[in-house]
Amino acid sequence: MENVKPLIVEIKNLSKSYRRGSQIIPVLEDINIEIPEGEFLALMGPSGSGKSTLLNLIAGIDKADSGLVKVGGIDIAALSEAELAGWRAGNVGFIFQFYNLIPVLTAFENVELPLLLTGLSKKERHEHVEMALRVVNLSDRMEHYPAQLSGGQQQRVAIARAIVTDPTILVADEPTGDLDRVSAKEILELMERLVRELGKTIIMVTHDARAAEKAHIIVHLEKGVLSFE
Amino acid sequence: MAIPLYYSFRNLWTRRLTTGLTIAGMALVVFVFAAILMLAEGLQKTLVETGSYDNTVIIRKASKSEVQSGVERGHASIIEVQPETALGPDSRRLIAKEIVVLINLPKRGTDKPSHVVIRGISEISMKIRPQIKIAEGRFPKPGSSEIMAGQSVAKRFKGGGLGEILRFGMRDWTVVGIFDAGNTGFSSEIWGDADQLMQAFRRPVYSSVILKLRDSSEFENLKQRLESDPRLTVDVLRETKYYEEQSEMMAKFLRILGLSLTIIFSLGAVIGAMITMYAAVSNRISEIGTLRSLGFQRRSILMAFLAESLLIGFIGGCVGLFFASFLQLFTVSTMNFQTFSELAFSFSLTVEIILQAMGFSLIMGFVGGVLPAFRAARMNIVEALRAS
Repeated sequence: MENVKPLIVEIKNLSKSYRRGSQIIPVLEDINIEIPEGEFLALMGPSGSGKSTLLNLIAGIDKADSGLVKVGGIDIAALSEAELAGWRAGNVGFIFQFYNLIPVLTAFENVELPLLLTGLSKKERHEHVEMALRVVNLSDRMEHYPAQLSGGQQQRVAIARAIVTDPTILVADEPTGDLDRVSAKEILELMERLVRELGKTIIMVTHDARAAEKAHIIVHLEKGVLSFE
Repeated sequence: MAIPLYYSFRNLWTRRLTTGLTIAGMALVVFVFAAILMLAEGLQKTLVETGSYDNTVIIRKASKSEVQSGVERGHASIIEVQPETALGPDSRRLIAKEIVVLINLPKRGTDKPSHVVIRGISEISMKIRPQIKIAEGRFPKPGSSEIMAGQSVAKRFKGGGLGEILRFGMRDWTVVGIFDAGNTGFSSEIWGDADQLMQAFRRPVYSSVILKLRDSSEFENLKQRLESDPRLTVDVLRETKYYEEQSEMMAKFLRILGLSLTIIFSLGAVIGAMITMYAAVSNRISEIGTLRSLGFQRRSILMAFLAESLLIGFIGGCVGLFFASFLQLFTVSTMNFQTFSELAFSFSLTVEIILQAMGFSLIMGFVGGVLPAFRAARMNIVEALRAS
């Protein structure tokens, strides 16, 4: 079945290292992975295994040393920094461990933020934001500031912000890492629903085995080497 | 599209204490800046308004002011018969031969002496300066030891009030009138009969001859003829030009002093803004990382932070100008270095000063914010996100 779906992420011979002083620390070496559209993939591995780095490379906020990173058919390694920013605005939805909402903006304005980078009119932006907040079931909290919301609610606003531009992929870095069990469960169910009902592709980095259970594919990354479950 | 302005504004509001203090620092500098410009402007305005365009001042060649000038009686008689002179309703020529002497008078309250201009006049002097009215009392009798004082002299100098007696030139002079010269330099003068004053001060010559032109366009003819007359050694100036020149040095001095002072002050305000903005950037590193990952370009981040410090500058400028505008209610008096006489004038706020002060304030905001904004814009996304 899975072979029928078109590939959304294609990574070939990807290497990445960090420079710390005069030392060069290799993080990822010769990574190859293909992710089909509409999948919910969990990337697991111990701390420092490079799973966040891999996620950042797919999301286009970090640059690989060598290798091919193709997302939605575009070789993002070949894009300039400014082009990459434009590409992210339209193609990537970010979900962070600490939600990363802008504290001085209301839930509505936070969700609207990525839409400011599109050519949508004010009215269209309104409609999109309202729809996104309805999907995460927070229509009644639109005018609240992040500090007035619980952790779970904040993460739902962050998810609304991630889906509002209808991006190609959603990347989530430890999305349940800062939540209690009940909220974490809600968030995972919401993410699963996004995949099942809206056909989103989610790549999630997690430590939490319970979180990984919800994913369709679980990939382990250890010492720069990928293994599939 | 840029990060909306309300983002910058609300961040300022969130840290209102530091924002407020930074704004207060800037407002103070703008206040001083505007105040000094207003002072220079007030001085200039007062002196420029003193003169009328139709009047011509004739003083000895190369003397910069009436105090330094001397016009002999014979020369005055030559000037008196020039055809460009206007005639009054009684067919008398509108020309006044005046003497200007500086004396020391103690000020009310402090007893500290200060220079006051005594102007010896004739009845014609009032006719060629129709803006001057007797406010209280009457015009001094010609040939007597009577004088009248400008309103600002009456107010500020001992013995300058109506009915009081001033002693100078080895005589007692009774103040029989107070004249209203509006917001001009004449308000800071004492007027009396020219011939009496010449005797009292033992001066054989006039200081200046002032005449009203029949037609103000004839000024150039008159100037050329008088200045090239081999019998005379005089400078011929329009009265407006003459008074403008009287204020130039002082106004320039005030402006240079003010500018150098405020530039030194502004360093403090700029450093204050810079510290505030650097703190704002380091408190929001992960926020910057988030905005960048959402797709906002480096220049949008730069603009958002720059907008914040420009807003500080803008508000600081408005507050400073708001308080400076109240200075217009005050009148100050100071020694005009050029004429060595005390002159009373008010602070004057003009559109130009408002624009200069706002520009100055925005520059302070810009300079204070530009380095922190660049720091914010230069951040690496991954490292910025890790800062949370």
